[in-house]
Amino acid sequence: MADIKIKDIKHLAKLANLSISIKETTKFQKQLSLIVSYVGELSKVDTSNTLPTSQTTGLKDIKRKDLVETKDSLSLEETFSGTESKHNNFFKVPAVFDN
Amino acid sequence: MELALTIEKLHKDLKEKRYSLIELLDSYFYRIDKHDKKINSFITVSRENAYLKAKQLQSSFKELGDEVFKKYPLFGVTVAYKDLFLTRGVRTTAGSKILRDFIPSYSSTVVKRLQEAGCLMIGKTNCDAWAHGASGENSDFGPVRNPWNQEYVPGGSSSGSAASIAANFTLISTGTDTGGSIRQPANLSGVVGFKPTYGAVSRYGVIAMASSLDSIGHFTRKSDDAKRIFEVTKGEDNKDSTVKNTDYLNFPKGKKVKIGLPKEYFIKGIEKQVSEEVKRCAKIFQDNGFEIKEVSLPHTKYAIYVYYIIQPAEVSSNLARYDGIRYGEKRDLFGEEAKRRIMLGTYVLSTGYYDAYYLKAMKVRTKIIEDFEKAFKEVDLLITPVSPTPAFKIGEKVDDPLKMYLADIFTVAANIAGIPGLAIPSGFTKNNLPLGFQLLGPRFSENILFETGSFFEKITDYKPKTVSF
Repeated sequence: MADIKIKDIKHLAKLANLSISIKETTKFQKQLSLIVSYVGELSKVDTSNTLPTSQTTGLKDIKRKDLVETKDSLSLEETFSGTESKHNNFFKVPAVFDN
Repeated sequence: MELALTIEKLHKDLKEKRYSLIELLDSYFYRIDKHDKKINSFITVSRENAYLKAKQLQSSFKELGDEVFKKYPLFGVTVAYKDLFLTRGVRTTAGSKILRDFIPSYSSTVVKRLQEAGCLMIGKTNCDAWAHGASGENSDFGPVRNPWNQEYVPGGSSSGSAASIAANFTLISTGTDTGGSIRQPANLSGVVGFKPTYGAVSRYGVIAMASSLDSIGHFTRKSDDAKRIFEVTKGEDNKDSTVKNTDYLNFPKGKKVKIGLPKEYFIKGIEKQVSEEVKRCAKIFQDNGFEIKEVSLPHTKYAIYVYYIIQPAEVSSNLARYDGIRYGEKRDLFGEEAKRRIMLGTYVLSTGYYDAYYLKAMKVRTKIIEDFEKAFKEVDLLITPVSPTPAFKIGEKVDDPLKMYLADIFTVAANIAGIPGLAIPSGFTKNNLPLGFQLLGPRFSENILFETGSFFEKITDYKPKTVSF
């Protein structure tokens, strides 16, 4: 069984910016340990001479001209339509440097 | 009035003036209002949008006559969009509380293209939240029920889209397939489910699950309808750099088409009715001019491990954008499955674990791709089961995430390799639940899949059925 501890779960939740309850922490510790053990079976495959694949298209360096296509751009009104947290055409975000 | 079950019949009915587009919509919305409370396939029904469009199209029909079917190849085709597809001005939730009030300012490429081709949007279908699931039970808007037997799941994550076809709430529907989320619900709900080659259809404007695995496809009742829709949705749009216009493989002429049966897919643990049905269908091909050959895909059993490392890793990245700042609710509204996958993904990408898990998975991914490449040197297509079991009961697997993940064992390899697949319904179990099979082909072999599917439907005199409530 993969050795994932409660403190590891708390650490992962912090990394992923997720709030989890004590009950969830215990549940996830059990479930993630099981799942990670399971997928750890991959260690049995010999990949000593294998290159990794990150995507299957074989395409590289696809580019387009760096021009604004106005018909596809969102207006200011559309851009801010999803939130009340705005000021003078800026999104208001939680302070980054406060504790 | 009787609703047409295929695009061909719809266009015939419209040309013969059997009904107007308004009457067509009236029939669909009447059925949905009466029966969808039993199924829960829709999160949003877009009545206004549909009727407005129907009026415009009806005017064009009056003006242009039958020419209108050339101008709009999907004229009057009702479509239900999986709620991952952004639809401008129409709520899009991803099946999650986080986006419960989200109204997109733009539409996805696929939505734009289908609408421009003459489709009428019926609504947004229910799905496992963020496409995380294989049953439809992970939706924050309640589970979807299988129209054939409402105590059973329709499959997932494109649960509502599959169910809406079986229930005759729409003519076509769209879905996404990252680990089987079109093919599996198609199989469990008895409809045709199409997953294109990764890179054939633009993912722009579709809420991302795992960016190297997501495929944008659809549900219909026959293979040629799936082809007709693909003709509209495929190709470059300058917004998805993984899509490049390309030549598609042709159906082999003048020689026997070879279909492979991969031995690793017929293992213990697969329900007998399922494997017997696939073998029965393989025999039908064999008796009618195709060659059936046993092949081997040696890394098959590792596909599910590769998938449950790569997919959560990519999910953890794609769901980072939901911070409740520019749109949507805060992250504490993520459901349990989303949290589980985000954390699993974060773990396999974190320092100290990246090499053992994520990098290792990417290397085994290469091996799985090589397995298919070798097999496709011997055969043109593969025929396999889609799911180890037919539809299962609601509640049966929902408390055991690992058990639920194993529902994907036969579908994930196609996403890992980026190849296309077509799930075809072929019959029913002893207790009237759908059975079928899937055809898999090399990248860009869609035409071969569609033609083979159509051939099967013709030779078996397949007549689409929908549920009468």
